Amino acid sequence: MSYVIIDKEACIGCEVCVPTCPQSALFMKDDKVEVNEKCNLCGVCISACPVNALSIPKEIKDSSALADYKGVWVLVEHDGKKPVTVTYELIGEAKKLAEKRNTYVGAVLLGHNVESMADDLGSYGADRVYICQAPALEHYRTEPYGDVIVELVKKYKPEIVLSGATTQGRDLAGFVATILETGLTADCTGLDIDEASGNLLQTRPAFGGNIMATILCPNTRPQMSTVRPKVFPVPEKVDKKPEIIHFHFDFSKINIRTEVLEYIPFEEKISLADAEIIVSGGRGLGKPENFEIIKEFADTIGAAVGASRAAVDAGWISYEHQVGQTGKTVRPKIYIACGISGSVQHLAGMKHSDIIIAINKDPEAPIFKVASYGIVGDVMTIIPLMTKELKKRLNA
Amino acid sequence: MRVVVCVKQVPDTTEVKINPETNTLMREGVQSIVNPFDEFAIEEGIRIKEKFGGETIVITMGPPQAEEVLKTAMAMGCDKAYLISDRAFAGSDTLATAYTLASAIKKIEETDGPVDVVICGKQAIDGDTGQVGPGIAVRLNIPPLTYVSKIREIDPEKKTIVVERLMERGKEAVKSSLPVLITVVKDINSPRYPSLFEIKKAAKKPMTKLALADLGICETKTGLKGSPTWVEKVFSPDLKSVNGEIFQGEPEECAIKLADRLINLGKGVKI
Repeated sequence: MSYVIIDKEACIGCEVCVPTCPQSALFMKDDKVEVNEKCNLCGVCISACPVNALSIPKEIKDSSALADYKGVWVLVEHDGKKPVTVTYELIGEAKKLAEKRNTYVGAVLLGHNVESMADDLGSYGADRVYICQAPALEHYRTEPYGDVIVELVKKYKPEIVLSGATTQGRDLAGFVATILETGLTADCTGLDIDEASGNLLQTRPAFGGNIMATILCPNTRPQMSTVRPKVFPVPEKVDKKPEIIHFHFDFSKINIRTEVLEYIPFEEKISLADAEIIVSGGRGLGKPENFEIIKEFADTIGAAVGASRAAVDAGWISYEHQVGQTGKTVRPKIYIACGISGSVQHLAGMKHSDIIIAINKDPEAPIFKVASYGIVGDVMTIIPLMTKELKKRLNA
Repeated sequence: MRVVVCVKQVPDTTEVKINPETNTLMREGVQSIVNPFDEFAIEEGIRIKEKFGGETIVITMGPPQAEEVLKTAMAMGCDKAYLISDRAFAGSDTLATAYTLASAIKKIEETDGPVDVVICGKQAIDGDTGQVGPGIAVRLNIPPLTYVSKIREIDPEKKTIVVERLMERGKEAVKSSLPVLITVVKDINSPRYPSLFEIKKAAKKPMTKLALADLGICETKTGLKGSPTWVEKVFSPDLKSVNGEIFQGEPEECAIKLADRLINLGKGVKI
């Protein structure tokens, strides 16, 4: 049975790897590292070693059958009328990957009376649009959607399949990858092609955003990823018509065991995910009443209100405002962090904003590293001054 | 009703720190805990048993020390536990983990009887994938209902369940036949705290270990061998310094300067 492989010759006994193991499986003996039975081969220690003495047993299988797989696919998510934004982001990213692999971008569109969306998908960069329409596909349901996609993949053999890391995209991809018995990497924030092998390099946050891991799926196809929304930009539209491929699925051969009874949309507010400006408050505000100052500031400039996990956990504002690894990922034009130090978890949710502005009393706070503008000072003093100044000038 | 709850022991990722000198993870002082989303799964599993009768079985796949999370679940009210543990399972990705857990559930059905509901947390906080739940459902050939925020009703006679699923822009009510697999979000309930009496009682509840040979599965479909994905490298999140314009000093002056920048920036957006 295998454990992490230790090259005793190479090990210099620096002990750097020992505290990195989430399972406490590494320990020192005679100035060399050893591993015990707690090792679950998670791979976290590998990159910690400065002399590459640690490795995981890997097996590259015969890859000749993989060459039949071509094309980068995006599973389209839509509301019945138009695709949701992450679909465009994925098509843009698929285009880059397809160029490196010298292949095409396919968009997979399932639903009932959805053909009108095909040209739109083409204008964002899809070369081909695979359409399957049926009354059974009117509402998203795991089983009929997943069954159709499995058949499509088996027939057309794409090498990469991307979907949004949304509730629908994760649900669907998890189902499809299991049936196809292929690899699926969740919640990717970076995608690239390894030039030597042609494999997809899938980078994602792990351990609560504390580390990033690059995942490979070298022996099976397609390589599947769900991709975090708001990480990649929406591509420019071009004047291009896609090739349309209609796919007919025999629904009588499957037993659909679920039925959507009703859909209850949330009341519309300024959605954090769609806001152009966000003002977020954190622990530095000190107490819940002080969030009013943030709200007034946000109102003045027409911004949505966000918060760090610390502020949400303290009960100062509700969870739907939380930005970060365990909250929402946002990509506004301007993100203003007030009294937020900038933990890796918070940065994971907002570092792709166009412009970051930070106000914090600690000049060493990590948030200043990513900030284009900032003030070192007490938020409770600075924010009311800003609000006053902006009101004066915006009303002038 | 027979319910199986799948749980995972995870490091408390909110306590994990990065060593700034070596840029590596620091595990020291980090506790192993029940995956927080699984606590909601355990609670819901117990509530189903309390309402409809039957039994709630808790299972976990992991190293021997993962039995701690099974003890916690039994102290909360689960009736028995299975620890799915074998060196051969180490290195499993989500595909191999779902295969192994589903094989264990099939084994449990042989000894304990048919399972009506399998419950998982929506994801584990160390991997954050949410892929194992749907994967188990596929392997058991039962429908997956993910991100469940409420069980509206279960009809044991007609073998149906109605749940609400929490999605980005709304909630959806879905009806499914039983057996079913659900993954739950934290809105679904408030997990109970076990009393000292229940913790003592839990020590007497049965815990069975299932290894590779007990499951009768092929070694090539679990662990590293059964995992199509592998970790190529691990690194710290990059924090490129943008060397921004940071004002210090007199608050009023700073505020005026920043308001000035903001108005300039805001010309492209709706301020």
